[in-house]
Amino acid sequence: MTGVVSYNFAYLDEQSKRTIRRAILKAIAIPGYQVPFPSREMPMPYGWGTGGVQVTASILGPHDILKVIDQGADDTTNAVSIRQFFARTAGVRTTTHTSEASIIQTRHRIPEAPLAEGQIIVYQVPIPEPLRFLEPRESETRQMHALEDYGLMHVKLYEDIARHGHIATAYAYPVMVEARYLMDPSPTPKFDNPKMHMSPALQLFGAGREQRIYALPPYTRVVSLDFDDHPFARTRFEQPCALCGARDTYLDEVVTDDSGGRMFVCSDTDYCQGRRTAAPGREAHDERR
Amino acid sequence: MVATDTALVRVTGVTKTFVMHLRAGATLPVLREVSFEVHGGECVVLDGPSGIGKSCILKMIFGNYRIDAGSILVRQGQQWTDVARASPRDVLRLRQCMIGYVSQFLRTIPRVGALEVVAQSARDNGLEAATARARAADLLARLAIPERLWQLPPATFSGGEQQRINIARGFVAMHPVLLLDEPTASLDQKNRAAVIEFIRRRKRAGTALVGIFHDEDVKRQVADRSIDVSRFRA
Amino acid sequence: MSAGEEALLTAAGLTKLYGARIGCMDVSLDLYAGEVLAVVGESGSGKSTLLSLLATQLRPSHGRIRYRMRDGVVRDLFALGEAERRFLLRTDWGFVHQDARLGLRMGVSAGGNVGERLMAVGWRNYGRIRAEALDWLARVEIETGRIDDLPTTFSGGMRQRLQIAKNMVTAPRLVFMDEPTGGLDVSVQARLLDLMRGLVADHGLAVVIVTHDLAVARLLSHRLIVMRHGRVIETGLTDQVLDDPREPYTQLLVSADLRG
Repeated sequence: MTGVVSYNFAYLDEQSKRTIRRAILKAIAIPGYQVPFPSREMPMPYGWGTGGVQVTASILGPHDILKVIDQGADDTTNAVSIRQFFARTAGVRTTTHTSEASIIQTRHRIPEAPLAEGQIIVYQVPIPEPLRFLEPRESETRQMHALEDYGLMHVKLYEDIARHGHIATAYAYPVMVEARYLMDPSPTPKFDNPKMHMSPALQLFGAGREQRIYALPPYTRVVSLDFDDHPFARTRFEQPCALCGARDTYLDEVVTDDSGGRMFVCSDTDYCQGRRTAAPGREAHDERR
Repeated sequence: MVATDTALVRVTGVTKTFVMHLRAGATLPVLREVSFEVHGGECVVLDGPSGIGKSCILKMIFGNYRIDAGSILVRQGQQWTDVARASPRDVLRLRQCMIGYVSQFLRTIPRVGALEVVAQSARDNGLEAATARARAADLLARLAIPERLWQLPPATFSGGEQQRINIARGFVAMHPVLLLDEPTASLDQKNRAAVIEFIRRRKRAGTALVGIFHDEDVKRQVADRSIDVSRFRA
Repeated sequence: MSAGEEALLTAAGLTKLYGARIGCMDVSLDLYAGEVLAVVGESGSGKSTLLSLLATQLRPSHGRIRYRMRDGVVRDLFALGEAERRFLLRTDWGFVHQDARLGLRMGVSAGGNVGERLMAVGWRNYGRIRAEALDWLARVEIETGRIDDLPTTFSGGMRQRLQIAKNMVTAPRLVFMDEPTGGLDVSVQARLLDLMRGLVADHGLAVVIVTHDLAVARLLSHRLIVMRHGRVIETGLTDQVLDDPREPYTQLLVSADLRG
């Protein structure tokens, strides 16, 4: 008889899920605070989203609709393999449309389409501690969070301005959550930071290797750090998307040929696609630019 | 006019013995039952052979040496303070406002120029910075220290020059009590005359001076009274 | 210094025991604004332990420290909450370490180091933070053009001066110094000590300085505590203790000092 290995729903055993859910509840109760959790061995190496996968696995139900993106796209390797992983171990419906999904797992981007109440977005986080590179000691950073001792984060921003003339941090830009906890928003571009503020959706963050979970309940205040005389400024793109003409999305640079040709297109493939199907005449620019 | 107590310093029954632990606790009694007074406006000279304890008495009045018995009272207004029993902070306070000291050796502080050394002393005494500097400059000029040396730290000065910085530092403030330990030792005739003039001016101002002078001529010109310290030999 | 002025810090019966070993035993002292207190002794004398206790880096086995806060209220330092204690350490106090690497962030520029305390207490204007850092660098005689350089590129003396600037920027009333001139060339030491004397005089700073070097004590301190085997052997005005040492150990220490 062929040995068919059957997985528990969403791969993790129920006890593990319970433990992780407890951590998630704690995280929701203290927005921005990093809750330790016992990370399980997953069938993918560290650095490939094991934290996000464990969070998703713990909250997934048979009626959920899952979307997985990596750098905004549904069709990159990482996104495809995680989506297939859950399709296989949980049998849930998957989708590429943001508005259809009940759970969105993401690496490095927040979808352009505004999220709604009832949706959950799960971020993959490599290093959860925003102060880590300035203060390597875990014992110290814990104290700093406990005592709201965050001067050091501004030192980093100061160094940026001193060295580059402006705050050079382009992604993983530190934020203050409910004016209490300093948080790393995961390596999403700072362009996306404002989307986290007062979002109707539940935002969960999982770091598998570092074994931390943190969360932003719906309608949480999230403010990017800055100086009075160097205020936080979103990245502005000079041109619209070459495919759909959008002027307010995060654009990826795509090299089109080997003679320096390039074009800028929406990083969020679903959003771009949606705009194009809704109004075909929107293609404002020749693809051969 | 009722005769009031014009004594500013009253030394009573002071005894000093050095215990030299490094020589198996050998004791060296120096002075016994030292008693004398100094009044404002007079210069009392301490006499006696070398090693008898003259410098020791000055250092005890200044609070630099501690005593084994007796008292050293210093008057500020109507208030008498025993230097020997005062707390370290009170001794510092007395040195700032009451008791000045011209020692034999100048302890130099690196990087501080001669003018600043003297001006500092005046500022400690309560003088405002600009006035302190002006007074310091005046004294240095009177003691023939050339201006080009004023910004230099005295560590590299000759013995005589260092002595004159010392003198300037002692005289720049207006301490009611002034202790002088061989102030004219390495000075030439002209500078000795300047110091004698300083002493006379202070006497006229009501300062109580206690001094040790090895130069007979100077002694004769400034001394109002003489105390033979060998009387108090232990 | 006015009569009847309250002590800034009062330690009573400070004792630190490591099992049977004595770190320091029954040390009491007062410290007032504007004065420098030197704690001298040889290795193992307990002077560094005493400094750590005074700066609340260690908890004593017995004894108490009372400190007059900026608002005038006298508090028991070991009864302070951790947040309060850290705040004190960062604003009202300074600590200059013997090894500058303990007191500086070597990966952060000089300006960032000096500005850190300001940012920690809520300064949010880059321009003002930088201006303040430039001001202090000038005051400790570090060439202002080096504001964006890392302390790894600084000499030992410069690092110590940077430490001082970093501490002074929040106008502390009390500074602890642990052998700040250790390992520095003589001329560099002189410069550092001169700077400290100026700061004490100009800012009415109270300083507790631990040193094994009597010349440093003589130059900088008003009062002196001699320690040996964890105990206070002798105390008094610096010139009193060094010119008229009474205790056997003090006499030994003074006579052994090569510079006299």
